[in-house]
Amino acid sequence: MSLVSKLEETFICLKAGKVTMPYPAQGKPAPDKFRGRPIFDATKCIGCAGCANNCPAREILVFDPCQEIRILQYLGRRCTYCGRCADVCPEKAITMSQDFENATNQIGDLGQKLELFMSTCQRCGRCFKGAAAIDELKMKGYRSDNIESERWVLRSQSFLAATVVDDIPIELD
Amino acid sequence: MLQNLCHKMFGRSLWVYHANSGGCNGCDIEVLNVLTPYYDVERFGIKLVGSPRHADVMLCQGPAMRSTANALRRAYDAMPAPKLVFAIGSCACGGGVWFDSYSVLGPVEKVVPVKYYIPGCPPRPEAIIYGVAVALGLVDKKVAPVTFKQLEFSIPLYHPRDLQKEGDMVVYAKLDKV
Repeated sequence: MSLVSKLEETFICLKAGKVTMPYPAQGKPAPDKFRGRPIFDATKCIGCAGCANNCPAREILVFDPCQEIRILQYLGRRCTYCGRCADVCPEKAITMSQDFENATNQIGDLGQKLELFMSTCQRCGRCFKGAAAIDELKMKGYRSDNIESERWVLRSQSFLAATVVDDIPIELD
Repeated sequence: MLQNLCHKMFGRSLWVYHANSGGCNGCDIEVLNVLTPYYDVERFGIKLVGSPRHADVMLCQGPAMRSTANALRRAYDAMPAPKLVFAIGSCACGGGVWFDSYSVLGPVEKVVPVKYYIPGCPPRPEAIIYGVAVALGLVDKKVAPVTFKQLEFSIPLYHPRDLQKEGDMVVYAKLDKV
């Protein structure tokens, strides 16, 4: 009786065949709606920092070293690939790619850093008022997240600190 | 020849110990999924063991929490000397979504030295196998840091010293260059 059941089990196992995937040698693409690593397109990005304001993990840091340049840094370490940055981006500059093979021995490999040019009004010197989609995003103005210690600062200023721009004070009204 | 064959077959067998220090159990399920016949990691000699004293590799899931950081450190100290730590999931790599909560200390690299990072929330079983393959030297890592720097400005740089008074208006001097 026992032998028969063993033979039956053997038959079932032989019928199933080999199911193991030859993964690292031969890749298999991810499913269609899989969200992998977000890819930032610097040519489309307008620097509105809506992704930074809506990131639940506070992964995207924004720093304004001067009037024209805005540094947007994506750390990538605690990103949960939720896709809210790609949802909120008005210019569709962020795409959720299908990359999941992100294993690395240095956590800094996952980061992406954009140094963007910000337009300035030629008469008053302030940044342009945004379009309607950008107006819906909160926290306008200059941001000063800490890039060195990778901390997100929940604060924005309506003007740059005078010490940031080299020794020439900005005229304020 | 037999020695070479033995080295090839058994030299890189990693026995892994599976430590969860306060995660949501998602990464644990993916790690156990790796051991199923579909993603059979025992073909690489990887085996799950129950005690850190038998293990070569510790798979950390979940952030280092206030209540479990001490236990995680003791489990790491109990492992015999050539030891690796894998951080699996975004909690272990960077602290997770609740990185600024009071009970979360941060990533596990604050408590134990992490050698390989596998991000994802949770990472796919393929991603975990890929991380193990990177550690074994079977494949190369694919990610690299990206830096974009805009060198040519489309508009001349604004500066308050270029503001000039014309009549009763203040205009910008480099306006014609735009």
